[in-house]
Formats: sequence, structure tokens, C-alpha cells
Amino acid sequence: MNCKGVIREISDYIDGDLDLSVRQELERHLEHCEDCKMVVDQTRLTVDIFCDSKPIELPSDVKSRLHDALRRKLQETGN
Amino acid sequence: MLCATFMDGKARMQPPLGLPMTLNAPNPHRLPSTVAREDEHLLVAAAKGGDTRAFEELVNRYEAKIFRLTMNITRNREDAEDAMQDAFLKSYAHLKDFQEDSRFYTWLVRIAANEALMRLRKRRPNQFSLDEPVEGDDDLMPRELEDWGPSPEQRFAQTEMHEILSEVIDKLEPDFRVVFVLRDVEELSTEETAKVVGISVPAVKSRLLRARLKLRQKLNRYFRKGVAN
Repeated sequence: MNCKGVIREISDYIDGDLDLSVRQELERHLEHCEDCKMVVDQTRLTVDIFCDSKPIELPSDVKSRLHDALRRKLQETGN
Repeated sequence: MLCATFMDGKARMQPPLGLPMTLNAPNPHRLPSTVAREDEHLLVAAAKGGDTRAFEELVNRYEAKIFRLTMNITRNREDAEDAMQDAFLKSYAHLKDFQEDSRFYTWLVRIAANEALMRLRKRRPNQFSLDEPVEGDDDLMPRELEDWGPSPEQRFAQTEMHEILSEVIDKLEPDFRVVFVLRDVEELSTEETAKVVGISVPAVKSRLLRARLKLRQKLNRYFRKGVAN
């Protein structure tokens, strides 16, 4: 596998979706290609940082309008 | 500014980038979402039975995440708020139809994503495509390769990281952003993402690959070693 092949498979590799033979081929390439290894590590970190992100508290005005709308809906439906 | 909706900068423990993490194990990206607490099904059952407090608890629990989702898709505060409100109102109206074959949160994400996508398509009809990508592989090759140093996620304060992520995702084209947000932030499966967006599974995979590589490239500007923070 060459560098282009690694980049093409990088997403499936990060997700653990590669067939064993392709994964082994990719990892053999990573053993001697520092650039590809860096891209793999940084792409994985990119996904992890976004994946681990947590929303901050809902802005109070947005929250207030949402709950007002819900209350109206609940009243309409007779609850 | 959209950064108010993003994140707290918490990151899972990662081996330093210099260590051979990639060679030891694929370390699969985790799926499905772990957001729902164990009592979610009890609240859903109570809400279905007419307990409005139970539904309100579900809203309180997920409102910030749903707003983040609609913000991340629309990148417009007004649209995001409308999409979030409609998602909760529709989920309440159709709660009896919810079959509980998936988690309530996943069902809610699908509704909210559809609401947000509808508004995105309306506001930017030419910037969101259902077509398969026409690009070849040549555009994928990373242009900038620089060492990020150990743990870039620990070099930045929470607010600063928040702003960085908001800025880079804001600059990502809608086609790629939507798929990335559903798949990697909301942790829908590839198949669920395809269904929500209305594109094929191969198109989801193609857009996800490009989104991840483009975000890596954009983050490089902030994370590269030696950049003052």
C-alpha cells in the first residue's frame, strides 16, 4: 500500500472497519512512513476531540422560549 | 458567534502523538452514542402515558445537545433555535409512534437533524447537495504536515478550544459538515446518517473521509507545535 492508499482508507481504519488483510497492509506502511503515521494520528485526534466535545448550557433566552413553546403545546393537547 | 454552543474541551486520554498508538490497535471510534442515561426508557414510558413532567425531564436532559446539533448543521442561530423547538414539539406530538427500537435520544437526533437540514437547504439551496461526490482521490492528500506536539487538547483553555472547534467547523462546507456532525459528534451509524441526510452509504463514507481530513488540515493551523496559545 502506498501513501495514497493509506489516506483513502484512513477513515475506515480509524473506525476499525477495515478487513484484517487491508489493515495489516496499512500498518506495514505506517511502520516506515512517518508522514502517514502523523496524518493517521492527527486525524484520529481530530475525531476524538470533536466526539468528546460537550455542549455548554443552553442560552437562557433560548431555553425560556423553548419551554414557553412546550407549555403552549402541552396546554393545547389538554395536559 | 457560534462558539457558545460547542464544547467544554474535555478530551479522552490519548497516547502522545509520538507513540506508536496506530500500530498497536485500531482503537475503533466508539459507537453508538453513550449519551442516554439508563432511566431514559422509564421517562419515555411515563411521557407516553401522559406524564408531562417526564417529557419535560427529557427536554431538560437533551436541549443543550439538540441545540448544538441544530447549530452545527445550520450555523445560524435563528434557524437552529426554530429547528430545536420544532424537533421537541414534533417528538412530543409523535411520541406514541416511537417504537423504542432505538434510543429516544437517537430518534430525537433524527427528527432534529431533519428539521435543521430542511432549514439549511432552504437558506443555502446551492450549498448542500444530495449528489455523489465527483472529486477524485487527488484532493485528499494532506498539504500541511507538522508535528502537533504532545496533547494539543491540553494546551488550550476550555473556552479557547471551544472557539477553535467552532471556527474550523464553521468553515467546513455544508455537505461535509452535516455528515461529520451526525456521524462523529452525534455518533449516528453510517447507515443512520445516510438515511437522515438522504444519500447513499458510500457517499456518507466519502464525505466523512473528506470532512475528517479537511478538519485535520484546518486544526493544523492551531495545533502545530510552536504555535503560541
